[in-house]
Amino acid sequence: MSPDVTARTETAERVLQAARTAAGGSADVDVTVEHEHVALTRFANSYIHQNVASDTDTVTLRIHVDGRTALNSSTVTDDQGLAALVERTVAAVRLSPADPGWAGLSGPAGLPVPADEPDLATGGAGPEVRAEQVKAYVDAVGEFTAAGFYRNRMIVTAYANSEGQSVHGTVVEATIDGIAKTETSDGASRQASRRMSDLDGAALGARAAAKALASQNPIEIDPGEYEVVLEPTAVSDVLWALADFGFNGKSLIEGTSFVRLGGQQFDPSVTLIDDPLSGPAAGPLFDTEGTPREVLELVRDGVTRAAAHDRRSAREAGAGAVSTGHASAFSAVEGAQPINIRLEPTVNLAPTEVEGPAADSSVQALVTQVRRGLLVTDHWYTRCLDPRRLVMTGLTRNGVWLIENGEITRPVKNLRFTQSYPEALAPGRVLGIGTYAPAFASKYGAFSAMAPALRLAGWNFTGGASG
Amino acid sequence: VRSYPSRRGQYGTRGWELVTELDLASQAARIADEAQALLRAPQCPSGQTTLILGGEQLALQIHESVGHAIELDRILGWEAAYAGTSWLDLAELGTLRYGSELMNIVIDATHPGALGSFGYDDEGTKAGKRDAVRNGIWTGVLAGRESAAVAGLDYGGSVRSMDWSRLPIVRMTNVGLEPGPHTLDEIIAATDDGVFMDMNRSWSIDDKRLNFQFGCEVGYEVKNGKLGRMVKNPTYTGIGPTFWQSMDMLSNEIVAWGTPNCGKGQPGQVGHTGHPAAPARFQNVRVGVRG
Repeated sequence: MSPDVTARTETAERVLQAARTAAGGSADVDVTVEHEHVALTRFANSYIHQNVASDTDTVTLRIHVDGRTALNSSTVTDDQGLAALVERTVAAVRLSPADPGWAGLSGPAGLPVPADEPDLATGGAGPEVRAEQVKAYVDAVGEFTAAGFYRNRMIVTAYANSEGQSVHGTVVEATIDGIAKTETSDGASRQASRRMSDLDGAALGARAAAKALASQNPIEIDPGEYEVVLEPTAVSDVLWALADFGFNGKSLIEGTSFVRLGGQQFDPSVTLIDDPLSGPAAGPLFDTEGTPREVLELVRDGVTRAAAHDRRSAREAGAGAVSTGHASAFSAVEGAQPINIRLEPTVNLAPTEVEGPAADSSVQALVTQVRRGLLVTDHWYTRCLDPRRLVMTGLTRNGVWLIENGEITRPVKNLRFTQSYPEALAPGRVLGIGTYAPAFASKYGAFSAMAPALRLAGWNFTGGASG
Repeated sequence: VRSYPSRRGQYGTRGWELVTELDLASQAARIADEAQALLRAPQCPSGQTTLILGGEQLALQIHESVGHAIELDRILGWEAAYAGTSWLDLAELGTLRYGSELMNIVIDATHPGALGSFGYDDEGTKAGKRDAVRNGIWTGVLAGRESAAVAGLDYGGSVRSMDWSRLPIVRMTNVGLEPGPHTLDEIIAATDDGVFMDMNRSWSIDDKRLNFQFGCEVGYEVKNGKLGRMVKNPTYTGIGPTFWQSMDMLSNEIVAWGTPNCGKGQPGQVGHTGHPAAPARFQNVRVGVRG
């Protein structure tokens, strides 16, 4: 146990007792104390232009009494600040409207056991470590322009409630994410891990540069439906959208999700897992309600098996549904969603580097199977148009190429697509899945994905560079 | 889905009078009726047509395809990997045709009550007003002291941070249209065949701020100078300068719409921006894009 965990656990217990005393013995009370260390080194125009780090303690107190619920949080964690947090939460719960959806607190339960202790050196890595990897990335990009970031995070969380649940944990993560630019092209590469020793700035920079080199002076092609090989970087966007809009218990209850439990919604080659024990650590092994977060099988052999729930949505879903440990600060409003999603690769073989723009040998193997189609590196600015079919619009980015007779023949200008993601993965539409699932951390929130490349029968491109 | 005053609400640097002026209760029944009507409405037709946008949608169009594009840090490549760059080249500042003669966009941090107004920016520069586009020609950028110095410009005034824990970065203040000579009724009356869309529902634009696609809550066919039947899931797509150059009618009914959720920077920052906008008409726009 790191020293930080002890301090946060003591704070959680202290606030819990104070709130129970203030709100009365019948109140349901829970407390989360989170310490977040985030350090970030950004680079652009091939030099470091920003280096920041922050340490923030946040105490979140939730009280449910007399059918009403109130939640408050504070980053003022001295005695006076914590007393004020208790006082205003107690005052707020008396003014709050009735909360008929309250599902009670989690009871005592143990946590899944990770294979390894968190690598605290990764979470606490200093600017020298980040700068060294950034330099390697920039050097590997060479004559082109490099931009991106190296970020490392460490989150220490303690949770306690009036039902006797008390858990704590520490998670760490590091990620490199960057592009290489020329006058007419971009190339991207990124990687995330629980161990910074897994990150290879030089290899990633070289890959981005190879893509930028190979995508110079692209041609414009007509929009339409094309067979595609989506590289892992693009597939991660698909997985996050499926998790956010689809495997979201609240969306499922409200009828806005495409998910139909028990249905053969995906190709039999598709198995989707939410796995908090492998890949980058997006969050602790328990949620903001203290429920342990176990491995959750979302899709097995193309059949949809489960959606993520917090206690509230599980109660509303009924039929024996239980919280899957996916409560978050936003889940009461936005719904619980998977945060460590993985598309199972056909096998799990470490790939080798290849010549040309393909990310690696697992991508190249899919490319060789395509008679005519497109190789897509990345998706950009994807937004949902119809959640019930999960129709998304967005653009390609960081390298697109025409594939002809199994070979990458020429770079193509970026295209806009408007495509239902689950329909692209429907039975018969998945023509191949890569043999390796690299790990990514979202730029935009605490989400991770492990995503192999996908060969899909069709992808609906609805606009080109000229509109 | 229908909403009032918009999906994001309405925001300003004002007090409770902003809420009372909206008269929310009086609009509830209309919005409910429209939401129900959308269930039965046909899909928005697909094709190239004349597009009339309501002011709320045009506000986000300005935000995405003008506001972000004229951020100097993006133009200089400082946000290349994350937020993206810009299609604009500083060498063309003062000469590039961005839009039609009707397009006059002002950067104005002094606009009374608008969400992007302030007294001084986070570098201590006093709030001011400056042209971004004048008679369709690109004339100004959103800048800070550091970026302006790099670019050889003599003004800043558009640098802000979300809070004490974030670095100040180039941000929109109020970026919006000056009023045109028409009204929405006049624009509709002057349109033989087209689609009217309003109330933003989705937005997506490329990393250079050129290729955009927007979805709105509601649309109406326009036939022979009158609003026709309601259509659902209206979308339109285009390329920024082509789109803005096709604007041939602009209303004088300006509202300073507030955007409270503009994301930029790493670690992420949420910015508050304002966008004075009014209904306008655009020619040969592709609508009804579906997957």
